[in-house]
Amino acid sequence: MTLRDVIDKLLGRQPASANTAKQRLQLVLAHDRSDLNPELLQQMRREILEVVSRYVEIDFEEGDVTLETGDRVTALVANLPIRRAKLPAPTPISEPTMESELSS
Amino acid sequence: MAATSTRYILICSGKGGVGKTTLTANLGIALAKQGARTAVLDADFGLRNLDLLLGLENRIVYTAQEVLAETCRLEQALVKHKQEPNLALLPAGNPRMLEWLQPDDMRKIAAMLGEQFDYVLIDAPAGIEGGFKNAMAAAREAIVVTTPEVSAVRDADRVIGLLNSEGVKPIQLVLNRVRPKMMANQEMLGVSDVTDILALPLLGLVLEDEQVIVSTNRGEPLTLTGNSSPAGRAYTNVARRLQGEEIPVIDPSKERQGLRAKLGRLMQTKIF
Ligand SMILES: Nc1ncnc2c1ncn2[C@@H]1O[C@H](COP(=O)(O)OP(=O)(O)O)[C@@H](O)[C@H]1O
Ligand SMILES: [Mg+2]
Repeated sequence: MTLRDVIDKLLGRQPASANTAKQRLQLVLAHDRSDLNPELLQQMRREILEVVSRYVEIDFEEGDVTLETGDRVTALVANLPIRRAKLPAPTPISEPTMESELSS
Repeated sequence: MAATSTRYILICSGKGGVGKTTLTANLGIALAKQGARTAVLDADFGLRNLDLLLGLENRIVYTAQEVLAETCRLEQALVKHKQEPNLALLPAGNPRMLEWLQPDDMRKIAAMLGEQFDYVLIDAPAGIEGGFKNAMAAAREAIVVTTPEVSAVRDADRVIGLLNSEGVKPIQLVLNRVRPKMMANQEMLGVSDVTDILALPLLGLVLEDEQVIVSTNRGEPLTLTGNSSPAGRAYTNVARRLQGEEIPVIDPSKERQGLRAKLGRLMQTKIF
């Protein structure tokens, strides 16, 4: 944030448009470069959340899954704040007793 | 005799009206003036204009079309510039050529030009379709022209993607129609904003300049008349950098002196 941005904010003025232009461009280019359509991206978001939620409890209100771009490389960036780790889900065959038997 | 070191340079932008043809004409003249044998090839068959900007529109007898059909020799189609005989134009043919022209045709023309010229500058059409792809086929390297506006930068990015996938390189950037005052006030994308987003080295920076229009009215590129307007100097510098001279590109929005400019810079200080 620049001094100008602060003053603009204090005076309730619109911020300078160059920065807005840059941010909008970066987003639109991330999509252009990835050839991913919005529906695919949404689908991917749902599936990523589903997988990650199996292991940790995530706070998606605070997070997002976006495409970011720099130096002509587009990256999928998942920002998923973790509330807490889940206990390892018991799988049908690995009863605690069985496991200790096997490992001994 | 074949000049093995001929440089085949595509001048492209994606978006129309950003200054490709103006750059091609000025760069062609500037290179010729610096002693390089230069051919400019109008690959914008749909909307040819390069002849007009060079003031050669009344001297066209044959075009690329007749050369390809072998109904004339290359020499007969080339229009030599009177004041700058190192420069020759190969005019675009009839727009109906677009129906049958193939990338190989453009390669063939470029190779013919390469036998007698040091530089072959190819003025590409707008868009990213067939016409552009044909023009790209004739090139080894590229200059992407853009203006500091979101639509132009976005379209430039598409073109860069295509150039990369075809292995055209190096790709360099010319930023056109820069308004230093707007940039300094942060009301126009900055020089480094554009070069960062497109990740290309900056070959030149051309200011918005009324003299560009005056020169097109006359059909005399700024670099021809030695006009020392800002745009004229910028085009000459682009030519010199292409030839390998190291001339720094100056960011005009940071160059301005005086209290207002200083205040402007202060306002851009990052505070957190
Ligand atoms: N630096 C500049 N300053 C002012 N006008 C310019 C500048 N560059 C280009 N123009 C104008 O912009 C218009 C489009 O230029 P042109 O070279 O024909 O673009 P393109 O070939 O990319 O379609 C023309 O009217 C031209 O005079
Ligand atoms: Mg043009």
